[in-house]
Amino acid sequence: MVSRAQRTLFGEWWWTVDRLLLGALFAIVLLGIILLLAASPPLATRLGVDPFFFVHRQALYLVPAVCVLIATSLLDARQIRRTCLIVFAVSIVLVALTPFIGAEIKGARRWLSILGFSLQPSEFMKPAFIVLTAWVFAEAKRNPQMPSTAIAVASLLAVVLLLVRQPDFGQTVLIVSVWCALFFISGLRWMWVGGIGGLALTSLFAAYHTIPHVRSRIDRFLDPGSGDTFQIDTAIESFLRGGWLGRGPGEGTVKRILPDGHADFIFAVAAEEFGIVLCLILVALFSFVVVRALWHASREEDPFMRLAIAGIALLFGLQSSIAMAVNLHLIPSKGMTLPFVSYGGSSLISLAFGMGMLISLTRKHPRLRDAGREYEPRGAEA
Amino acid sequence: MRALASLRHSLSHLSLRKAGAGVARARILLLLLAFAGVYGVIAARLVYLGFSTEASAQQKARAADATAQARPDVLDRKGRLIATDIRTPSLFAEPRRIIDVDEATYLLLKILPDLDRSEVRTRLTSKRYFAWLKREITPEQQRAIYRLGIPGIGFLKEYKRVYPNGALAAHVLGQVNVDNQGILGLEKWIDSGGLSALHQAGFATNHNLQPVQIALDLDVQQAVRDELMAGKERYKAQAANALVLDVNTGEIVSMVSLPDFDPNKPSSPKDPARFNRLMTGVFEMGSTFKAMTTAMALDSGKVTLNSKFDATQPLRYGKFTIHDFHAQRRVLSVPEIFTYSSNIGSAKIALSMGVDAHKAFLRKLGLLDRLRTELPESAMPLIPNPWGELNTVTIAFGHGLSVTPLQAVMATAALINGGYLITPTFLRRSEADAKTNAPRVIKQSTSDQMRYLMRLNVEVGSAKRAEVEGYFVGGKTGTSEKVERGRYSKNKVLTTFMGIFPADKPRYLVMVMLDEPQKVEGAAAATAGLNSTPVAGKIIQRIAPLLGVEPRTNLPTAQSMLQLRNAAN
Repeated sequence: MVSRAQRTLFGEWWWTVDRLLLGALFAIVLLGIILLLAASPPLATRLGVDPFFFVHRQALYLVPAVCVLIATSLLDARQIRRTCLIVFAVSIVLVALTPFIGAEIKGARRWLSILGFSLQPSEFMKPAFIVLTAWVFAEAKRNPQMPSTAIAVASLLAVVLLLVRQPDFGQTVLIVSVWCALFFISGLRWMWVGGIGGLALTSLFAAYHTIPHVRSRIDRFLDPGSGDTFQIDTAIESFLRGGWLGRGPGEGTVKRILPDGHADFIFAVAAEEFGIVLCLILVALFSFVVVRALWHASREEDPFMRLAIAGIALLFGLQSSIAMAVNLHLIPSKGMTLPFVSYGGSSLISLAFGMGMLISLTRKHPRLRDAGREYEPRGAEA
Repeated sequence: MRALASLRHSLSHLSLRKAGAGVARARILLLLLAFAGVYGVIAARLVYLGFSTEASAQQKARAADATAQARPDVLDRKGRLIATDIRTPSLFAEPRRIIDVDEATYLLLKILPDLDRSEVRTRLTSKRYFAWLKREITPEQQRAIYRLGIPGIGFLKEYKRVYPNGALAAHVLGQVNVDNQGILGLEKWIDSGGLSALHQAGFATNHNLQPVQIALDLDVQQAVRDELMAGKERYKAQAANALVLDVNTGEIVSMVSLPDFDPNKPSSPKDPARFNRLMTGVFEMGSTFKAMTTAMALDSGKVTLNSKFDATQPLRYGKFTIHDFHAQRRVLSVPEIFTYSSNIGSAKIALSMGVDAHKAFLRKLGLLDRLRTELPESAMPLIPNPWGELNTVTIAFGHGLSVTPLQAVMATAALINGGYLITPTFLRRSEADAKTNAPRVIKQSTSDQMRYLMRLNVEVGSAKRAEVEGYFVGGKTGTSEKVERGRYSKNKVLTTFMGIFPADKPRYLVMVMLDEPQKVEGAAAATAGLNSTPVAGKIIQRIAPLLGVEPRTNLPTAQSMLQLRNAAN
């Protein structure tokens, strides 16, 4: 047991972090590995490698991921802002470069190959950008003279432009949605909320009418008879075949015919082998993480920390709920990986980074001391 | 003092921030609730799927398997088999288990020499778990390959569709692809909702393996195809088609479109033989359309059989001049216009009714809309737009409006079956069922007059060669000039005959159409009366006994038909 008698670095960390939140995250990671055990062998055999190749790889990535998570959670708010600034600066340069030097996979250039490792820079940009946005909005409160709204809008436009060039609409939707949510939390007038909501609906409408593949996806969702709904039909069949308790590890067959069984449709593949009960446990864990983090955010006094916690939680929540909802045919098909469960090294480490920040920001800390020291109004010093 | 002021300042600042924090807190809680709701919906959906698991999954899988493999048998109206499934073995390989690819390729090619050597080799060397080598092999070949004992080679039983009668009813039945899915004709209908339609109509009670019985009569089909092929040969026509319709039920007893194809052999979608001329082709039907014109005029009451129209001079309309083929150069009565097939007379009849009435009447007969039957094949008529007086003039004698032959048959049947427009069907149907949904389009008395005119035309008019003793045949001929490079051609014609029998109480309509028939030795021309009409006569001669129509002696003349009717009235 960690002693409370002495203030060691680890001791202080252990007694101040939200251990339930941390526990839930580790539970998700663990479940993720088990689900990957079921979902990845078909892909591995298709590529002609060892059936558990991807499981081993993912387990290997877990080591740096856990290190990143723990290390990030040891940082304080100021260090987090600085880290994010660095991560953001590096990743945005890499994101800007991918259209030129990236490898093309399935019609998009999102990956960079560095020292034999494939890296998806947009994954790292995502949490860093959200934290920086939180910072900008928090500064807006503290220092009304600063053109913070303009900065936030400009940076969002830049990021969106870079992502659309890849193209990566999934990440774009996530980032824009969370950015809007942060704006909303930091006190956007309801009139504006309505306006932006209307704009979102209008642009969806415009996308439906101008972008053919958006239209076909929505059509296929609304009227399954109108086109090829193979993936989603198969996914639903997977849930039905699995039943409550699943057919047992290795007994699934749907994973052999679903092209994205290890990534976007891992939830459905998991259901066939491990059953709907396990899926419900997974949903419960995800919702616990999101709800608990938002609860922390609502009680947080410091504007930056409040926004940053909320932002990271929303990012995590949005991504997980979209991924699961697509698998369950609740919303039109949109490729989205399930955090910590879908295969992917970049995504795993980036998630560890984001969750590390979440753990760090939700650590117990004496509020008034922080308020007094860090957020002393400038006028008072003069 | 200064410290106190500073404290107060920071306190006031704190309270300001507190107000902002209140809004933020509320909004975060709102988002929290929203997310709880979203996860709730996801969980609810999972629970719902969990409960719907038990029954539906297996049921669905079974149904999908069943339709992908087994198809219902198709029977003709007398219960004879015209399409069925047999199980044949198909050869596959598991390339990863093949030990010696060269040996396996060599041995397999000894049994199946028609396989492509390099193709087999590529498939066997691939790193896949499954590869088809040849679908649908014979049991002998299966036994021979089995005895070779090559590891990694296996057989799967598959259903293969077989049509014992070959090309006989090709266009009605359609075709299936190698996965036994309907891609054409009735087979496609069976797949696409036809199965459920069958259930709803009570035709099938036990899943899809209940055989589908259709209205076609194999014997009649055989006779019609025989005679039509002989006719096509004799008159050297490019193509030909024929149809036998039960005019009281709308059942299609026989349908032949030549050239046809053997549905047992896979064919290319571009194969012209797959074209169903009766349903996907649209044609200017020529003088058979005069029956519609005449019926419209008689039904309006403004024109009677005794009305006269002047056909002394060719009809000039703008820069066009309408001539008669059998020009009489005098004033003609309505029956004379019909039997001499006078273009001028028909045009004048139509003009006396007016463009709108003409259009409305043709629409009522279903000639201006797409005709839908069970078969997926259908075509939209080509309708002139705008439709002026000149169009009415030409459409009155069958030029300027293109319809499918099946459509024209439906409309003609309505003129002589007592006035009911009955949508043709390929399935069995009783007369009562047919008439409950059929709109009346002309009066019974008009229909009687049309029967008289049709019969008269066989006795004294252009359709003499359709006569079959004892069966009281009636009919209307039609020769239309084909459009070639935007102009009506003088020597390429489409000849049609619409025949009915027996004319005093019609039971069947026979339509024969020859595409570009040639003049034969000793004949004056290549008109319908000289080619498609005698073909129809031969067909009627053969099918009437098969259809149970008894020949009669002491038949009345057409004239007495009318007098008897008048006396009865």
